[in-house]
Amino acid sequence: MSADFKGMDVVSIRDFSREQIEHVLKLADKMVPIAKGDERSVLLEGHVLGSLFYEPSTRTRLSFDAAMTRLGGRVLGFDQPTGASVAKGETLADTIRMVSAYSDVIVLRHPQEGAARLAAHFSDKPIINAGDGAGQHPTQTMLDLFTIQKAKKDLEGINVVIVGDLKYGRTVHSLSEALAMFGAELTFVAPPTLQIPKEHLKQIESMGHKPRQSASLHEVIKDADVLYVTRIQKERFPDPAEYKKVAGTYRIDLELLKDVKKDLIIMHPLPRVGEISPEVDSTPHAKYFEQAFNGVPVRMALLSLVLGGHR
Amino acid sequence: MKEFKVTPIRNGTVIDHINVGMALKVLKIIGVKEDVTSTVSVLMHVPSKKAGWKDIVKIEDRELDPKELDRIALISPNATINIIRDYNVAEKFVVEVPNVIKGIMRCSNPGCITNQNEPVETEFIVESKKPITLKCVYCDRVTTQIAENIL
Repeated sequence: MSADFKGMDVVSIRDFSREQIEHVLKLADKMVPIAKGDERSVLLEGHVLGSLFYEPSTRTRLSFDAAMTRLGGRVLGFDQPTGASVAKGETLADTIRMVSAYSDVIVLRHPQEGAARLAAHFSDKPIINAGDGAGQHPTQTMLDLFTIQKAKKDLEGINVVIVGDLKYGRTVHSLSEALAMFGAELTFVAPPTLQIPKEHLKQIESMGHKPRQSASLHEVIKDADVLYVTRIQKERFPDPAEYKKVAGTYRIDLELLKDVKKDLIIMHPLPRVGEISPEVDSTPHAKYFEQAFNGVPVRMALLSLVLGGHR
Repeated sequence: MKEFKVTPIRNGTVIDHINVGMALKVLKIIGVKEDVTSTVSVLMHVPSKKAGWKDIVKIEDRELDPKELDRIALISPNATINIIRDYNVAEKFVVEVPNVIKGIMRCSNPGCITNQNEPVETEFIVESKKPITLKCVYCDRVTTQIAENIL
């Protein structure tokens, strides 16, 4: 099974079986000392990563750069399409064909949904999806799973509360599907207008789970093992006053955390804009910075697998 | 005496029992355009014993490929195909929804990459045949709005 990774595209988390994800996470764990700089590696020496970011991204882009560089490889590409042939109206298909001739693996962030699938169609090198519009962001899901697994050991039966914009938040959809696949219990907390879409709920239920839904964080936080917070975007609200009210309801502060489980972990894909009060950062619950770091070993594992550096 | 609004054809294909109002879309799906070289008759809003009203399309001197005709099932699942040879029905069959739809439809998601100017044919997996539900291979968007999205 694991030998199949070489040359594989990483477009959607749905393309992966539970065993394949577990394999990636296991390898990611071995990559941690290299990701931290405690050990050196030349595993991907001589390999080139084409890094195409049609949309700004700090964490994802830098962590892919770090992952490739830590393994001895090189990175070329752009972090915004202006000035590139893209700005002159070149199709994604043509750009991909060109870059696949210059590199061994391509990482793509694009505003249009389905862009990564299209890129995979035109590239003879593996494509790693670093987010396509409101679509998929599979490496984010893997690093989230990695973070939870490191803290909780087993995902089976753990109680995960996901709060924020569950309607449009792309990380939430693939993460909740993956968590259901691993047997976690899910609770969705959001104002009614931003609750998890029905078709998505159906998908999770088809995996034999019955997620809870609530509008109140207070009601459900006491027995949570993981609290996953996402940003509520201002532009989703026509009325700024309404936004303020909703955003305030889901703010995580010390007061809210008074009666939670001792080993509750709090995660956030970052950037945060006020969802989590800075006073929470110094509590043992805060895992979001470690989560951001985990992007490096997880992406190292994926790069190494699709390039055949590991089996 | 039975009155014929359009006379029977000698050779060709008759697509009968098209959902009323869908005849022009059927022409689109089977690729009949301005440059057509055979005689095509289009009957719209014809009384039907089975379903009240129906549309009919007759194409003379051309036998269409059954695989292509199956796409018609997307907008008219009860359509029947009659291959006519020398005024007789030589073959008759009901269209069947294919498992994969390539081209002929646009994705209903405006944010989908296939709605940009990319050199790629749309592709949909048929998730359910009743009601017809399609899933875009590229952006995963699921839709039941078929007729509106025919290209």
